[in-house]
Formats: sequence, structure tokens, C-alpha cells
Amino acid sequence: MNFVESFRIALRALNANKVRSALTMLGVIIGVAAVILLVAIGSGVQRDITGSIEGLGSNLLFALPGDFSEGGGPGGGGADIRKRFKMEDAETLRRRLPAGTVVVPVIQGQATLKYGNRTFRASVTGGNDQGDQVFNSTYNTGRHYNRGEYVSGERVLVLGDGPRQELFGGQNAVGRELTVNGQRFKVIGSIEAQGGSLTGDQDNAVYMPATTAQRLFGTSDLSSIILKAPEAEDVKAMKPQIEKILRPRFGDEFTVFTQEETLGLLTQILGTLTVMLAGIAGISLLVGGIGIMNIMLVSVSERTREIGIRKAVGARTYDIMSQFVIEAVVLSVTGGLVGIAIGWLGALALQSVVPTEITWWAVVIAFFFSAAVGVFFGVYPAWRASRLDPITALRYE
Amino acid sequence: MTSVLDVVGVVKTYELEGLEVRALDGVDMAVHEGEMLAIMGPSGSGKSTLMHIIGLLDRPTTGTVTIEDQDVSNMSANELATVRNRRIGFVFQSFNLLARTTAMANVELPLVYAGVAASDRTKRASEALERVGLGDRLKHMPNQLSGGQQQRVAIARALVTAPSIVLADEPTGNLDSRSGVEVMDILQGLNREGITVVLVTHDDRVARHAQRIVHIRDGRIISEEQVEKRVDARAELEALRSGAVPEHVENVWVNGNSGVRPDSDDGAAR
Repeated sequence: MNFVESFRIALRALNANKVRSALTMLGVIIGVAAVILLVAIGSGVQRDITGSIEGLGSNLLFALPGDFSEGGGPGGGGADIRKRFKMEDAETLRRRLPAGTVVVPVIQGQATLKYGNRTFRASVTGGNDQGDQVFNSTYNTGRHYNRGEYVSGERVLVLGDGPRQELFGGQNAVGRELTVNGQRFKVIGSIEAQGGSLTGDQDNAVYMPATTAQRLFGTSDLSSIILKAPEAEDVKAMKPQIEKILRPRFGDEFTVFTQEETLGLLTQILGTLTVMLAGIAGISLLVGGIGIMNIMLVSVSERTREIGIRKAVGARTYDIMSQFVIEAVVLSVTGGLVGIAIGWLGALALQSVVPTEITWWAVVIAFFFSAAVGVFFGVYPAWRASRLDPITALRYE
Repeated sequence: MTSVLDVVGVVKTYELEGLEVRALDGVDMAVHEGEMLAIMGPSGSGKSTLMHIIGLLDRPTTGTVTIEDQDVSNMSANELATVRNRRIGFVFQSFNLLARTTAMANVELPLVYAGVAASDRTKRASEALERVGLGDRLKHMPNQLSGGQQQRVAIARALVTAPSIVLADEPTGNLDSRSGVEVMDILQGLNREGITVVLVTHDDRVARHAQRIVHIRDGRIISEEQVEKRVDARAELEALRSGAVPEHVENVWVNGNSGVRPDSDDGAAR
């Protein structure tokens, strides 16, 4: 008997039990749809985040206090930072690095903005007059603070889209005054919405001169120093230069990341997360597979008599085996295809809420995995069916 | 006379709750080419077990079975399946048709496993169904057919592969008298065309349609007889049609049927 015949027999049997076949498929449908959807969300978020980092330009370097060489990524070693950067460190770097290098001292913190009776909790980023070259920001209206404002530490700020919407109802805020932690500030610019709510800090940010920010937070420390090499190919050479300049004062208690390294690390973390999501979804696919095995076992004992008849008229072990395996595979592959369609549509539908990206490998893996589930969980019931003794099977009631 | 099938020294024992049951206790038998043979015995005599062994559905505990000079005693399950497919046609008491499957598809089934191409299959299956008088019922499902019609589908299925032997196990057991006669008529017709037919029955009247009867009791063949006054199913049918049921037909047939009925099965497989 050839494959086409086995296939037709299997389809006929599944067609005879439509509701049961559909319910059995449901397990696989949910599993595959979950895999596709979760992977789509995972890689969508990944694309979004890496995209926004790449948007900063590839010639950035970040100097952070603390030794990250062991024990994880940025933020992991926060507790044992003993020595923080000061303004002088940024100045030293600016003097000793090649001309054309942008050095931005950065200070970050949280502050409460108040305009009229509205308040907004924003993340404050302080930089210098060249900060607009390293912060991923496009000016909507107004301007970045200038050298003079930076040097004298004037109370001026640039609003991100979030606080602008909240405090000014989306109206032009440039020229207005508001208070930050009770101090009066003048709005000199506002920044376009960045979108991609998962990197949402940018939209919730306000930018001001680092000198002003230091006074606001009552500190002389910097959070980090961001540098921009004149050309992308200078980045590699610049990293050891920066390390050499900072080492006398900080020893090993600092770390320099290039844009590329940051991106690599993030990609790695997000990739792991995506695989984890896929794994969780895979478990439901496995459960779906066990459902198939269960139904196939029921089907085998229900159709013992049929197996007996087929054997009596000449079906070999292989014929019976392939009939039941194909039945299981048809169930799981059909379920897989429906699951792919649902996962795909779901990912498209969710796009307005969460960034999603349908990856071809998730589709391919989900499809083959569902087919494999059918084979794997179909073989045992099929094997039981195929080795039934014809006369026992015929006598079965 | 050439024999199609030889059974030599066949013993079949079962283990039943720790007790050894001898269903067959040394059976020697030959089926001659082109004959119509009846194996007859009461319930529990071992006739069905013998039938299953002849039909290669079951294996003897000891002894050999030879079909067309081929010893099948040591064949694998798959080899036996092939021999069943090519050389043997089965007719069961309970029809054993596949439910929710058309008459055509049921008759095609052995050809599917024989690897016959679809177009050829359709042709041969419809020919076989026409031969049993069901040329107008090709697309009917078993549950849309009467018992007699179902049994005729089963006969069509048995002969569609042009087997060496057609084995019929109580073929009239689940049928009313008229359908029973019709089925016997078909079997006699096949035999006239040269097909070897082996019939298993507990019913003397049915057995008398054959040329030779082998009597079996307690797992042994106790006697063998050549039938002198063979019952002609065609004449019976004629008589039934004309309404004038000949006395001997009515008596024997009804008696036979009202006697010990074989354990009745409920038709087609689910």
C-alpha cells in the first residue's frame, strides 16, 4: 500500500470524528500559536531596543564607575562603587583625547515637575552643550541648551514628549516656566516622541545642563561619561586610550563600553529571554502532543475491530502502523498550520500594543516541532495497533 | 485430486485461567481444488478455531498448514498477511465490513493492500459487486444495506482478489432464511465457476449445500461424508419465489435455524 492510500484512509478516519479531531488539534494550535506569538513579541522588543540604541550612532563609548568585568552587566555591580566620576574627569578626557571627540558628562536622577496644578515624575538627564549629539533626540521645537547656559548652570530644560503631554496638554511649552523639585526652570525646547514604549524612559525624560542637575540633586558626582569618537572606526582605538587616562585615579573601578558591546550584551539578554518565552510556549505544545497520544490510544482501542478486518484482508504491520502515524501527523500538522495562522494574526493584531516581529525561524521550528510531536506521540499508539493479533482484534467487542 | 490446502497434525491449545484447553487435538485434513467443503460441528467443537487456522488468522500450537504447496507454519506475521491477501477470501458470520465506508471502498480494501492501482481497483470492485447482485448499491454504506446485502458485499470483498480459497464462517448465521438461501446460492455459483469454497457451519441444512462434509467434535475429525443429495440453493430460491415452499426445505431449514444459534454478532464493525 502506498503513502497516498494511507493518507486517504487517515483523512477519512479523521473526517468521521470531526469534533474529536478538532479538539485534539486545539492543543497543538494553542501551543504553536503561543510559540509564534511569544517569539514575535520577544524579537519585536529586541528589534525595537537595539534599533533605538543603534539610532544613537555607532561611534559612542560609555564610561561607567565600578568594575563590571565580573558579575554581570551594567547595574550588577552598583553596590560596590566606591569612587564616582567628577566634572574634572570629563574635562581631563576632553583635553587628552583627540580633537573632535565629544565628551559629555552625564548625571541622572528623578525629579518632580510641576506646572500650575499638574505634576509629573520625570527622569532627569544632565549633560553639556554637546549632549544633543549623544542623546537620541530630535528637537520638535526650541533648542538644546548652549555653552553659556551649561557653564553658568542656568535653570533651563528641554522637555521629553511625556512631560510635555502631561503638563502642557501637548501644547507648545517653549518659553514657559515650571518648577523642578520646587525650583523654577524655563523650558527652552521639546523633543519628539520616540515611540517604542519599552525604552520609554526617553519619553519621560527632561534634559538640562549637568551643572544645573548637580545643583538640583546636591551632588558633585557624575553618573557616567558618554563619549563620541569622530569616526566609527576610531572607537576601537579610543577605548584603551580612555582606560589609560582614567586608570591612575580609578584603578580598575570603572568600565568602558563601546556601543557595539552594549548592543551585543543587550541582544544576548533579550535573545535569552526570547528563547525562554519560546520554551514556555513549547511546554504547551508538548501538552498538546500528549493530547494527541491520548486520543490516538482511544482511537486504536475503539477501532480494534477495524484493525482486525484490515489485517484479515491482508494489511501488514507497516500498513496499520502508517495509517495511525499519518493520522496523528495530519492532526498535528493541521493544528500546526492553524496555530501558525493564529499566531501570525495575533502578532499583527498586537502590533499596536507591543512591538512584534514574526520571525521565519519561529514559524519553521513551530511547524516542524508540531509535525515531530505527531510522529513522536503517534508512533506508540500506532505500534500498539499494528501488533494486534488479527483474530484477537476481530473478536474484540 | 490436487489439494489446495493441507492440514497435518494440527493441535491448538489455549490457556484458560490456568487450565489447558485443547481446541484442536490432532486434525488432518485436505481441501481439494475446486470443491465445496463444509466443516460441521456443534458449538465448541473447534470448527471455528480450525477455520481461523486454515485462514491463517491464527497459528497452530503444533502441526503444519500448507497452502498450494507452500508451508506457512513458520511465516512471519507480514508474510501471512500477504498470503491472506492473495490466496484467501474471508466471509464472516458477522459480515465484518468497515462502518461508514461505502460498499465499493469495502470491496476495494484487499486490493488497496495488494497495491493495485486506483483505476484498476474501481473496475474490479464494481465487477465483484455486480457478480453478487449489488451493482446498484456501490455507494451505499453498510448501515444502509440489509443483512443479506451486507453479507454479499463481504462475499464480493472475499472474491475480488481472485483467491485460491473462499472461507465462509457461518455465512448464514446472522441472516433470515431467504437471505441465507441467497448467500448460499452465490457461494454455490462461485464454486460452479471453479472457486474452492470452505464452509463452516453447525447447521446440517447449510452443510448439505457442499459436496463433502467433514464432521468435527471435541477438536477431532470424527467422520467425513460425500453429500449424496446436495441442496441446490437456486431451486430453493425458485421455490421461495413461487410461494410453494417444498416440504423438506421448510422443515429442515427452519429446524436448522431454530436450533442452537451460533453466538450472534451485531453486524458490521464500528
